[in-house]
Amino acid sequence: MTITVLIVDDSKLARIVAGKALAALQPEWYRVEAGNAQEALGVLSARKIDVAMIDFNMPEKDGLELAGEIRSSHPTMPIAIITANIQDEVIARAREVNATFVSKPLTEEGLRGFISGAALRLRSSAA
Amino acid sequence: MTSTISEVLNDLELDALTELVNIGVSRAAVSLRTMVGEQVFLSVPSLQVVDRRLAATLIREQESAPLIAVRQDFEGAFSGRALLIFPEANSLELVRAVTSDELSSKEAREIEEEALLETGNIVLNGCLGTIANMLRKPLTISLPQLLRGDSQQLFDTSTPLGDDGVVLFLYINFAISDRDIRGYIAMIMDLPSLQTLKALIAEFIEHVIGPEDVAHEG
Repeated sequence: MTITVLIVDDSKLARIVAGKALAALQPEWYRVEAGNAQEALGVLSARKIDVAMIDFNMPEKDGLELAGEIRSSHPTMPIAIITANIQDEVIARAREVNATFVSKPLTEEGLRGFISGAALRLRSSAA
Repeated sequence: MTSTISEVLNDLELDALTELVNIGVSRAAVSLRTMVGEQVFLSVPSLQVVDRRLAATLIREQESAPLIAVRQDFEGAFSGRALLIFPEANSLELVRAVTSDELSSKEAREIEEEALLETGNIVLNGCLGTIANMLRKPLTISLPQLLRGDSQQLFDTSTPLGDDGVVLFLYINFAISDRDIRGYIAMIMDLPSLQTLKALIAEFIEHVIGPEDVAHEG
């Protein structure tokens, strides 16, 4: 069963960059994109998503709000918040919803820790 | 005029530039938070490329009151002028925010210029510095200067910079604790500079995406 990652970012370029970094780390994982929180929630209700990578700074509903919503329906999904905006309050909010921070601009190296952790978690919960 | 300018940067280039500015502004938010001691929200909803007259109009439509701006010039592979613009009514509120309400109105007014210059410096350097780093082209950024006036004066539409002056125009939302402070960032460049910027952005896109096809499943 293929692992599917949802990439949420209002910037198309950022989605492409995230997709590339992900493909380099886990080439066999499947990627789905969404341009905003509403689209993301639509995707989540339509298909199985195993991992989410969410941009923090989006118009209307920000990434942490979205993460909170996803967390309530998907209690164990590995969720990463992608942002250059690492302020204490933002970090605290991420902890509350059990989400990891990954720095923007996104690189393979920067994503590696989160993806390894996610892979491990998904393997052990499938066992 | 606007349609010609929007042809200079294509959709993906505008997306990339918006992304660069967003990262720059996010970094500035982190620095401002250190100054302010409370969470700072800085968001850049969108970026437009317009001529100076339209930029002045866009601001005038939102703000009828006098404006205050921090101005910094930048030079390097591409050159221009950056402005961080606030309604004057907001500026004292910003000063109070960055001084954690510890000063009397009189004291706040006395350091208003200094506080605004410092804030402007942080935000504009955050943006310009990030753009310079990611495009791998150093920029020399001047010391900040404070200006007051209406939007037309700030964009200097009366003295022609040649008709090819263009403005990268961003509306930026600042929220500092319960205060709602809004501002605008404008980067004024001439067309040759914008074209250099376009070329650098195209290189940047290619570098991050790789030379394979840019068309990507949605």
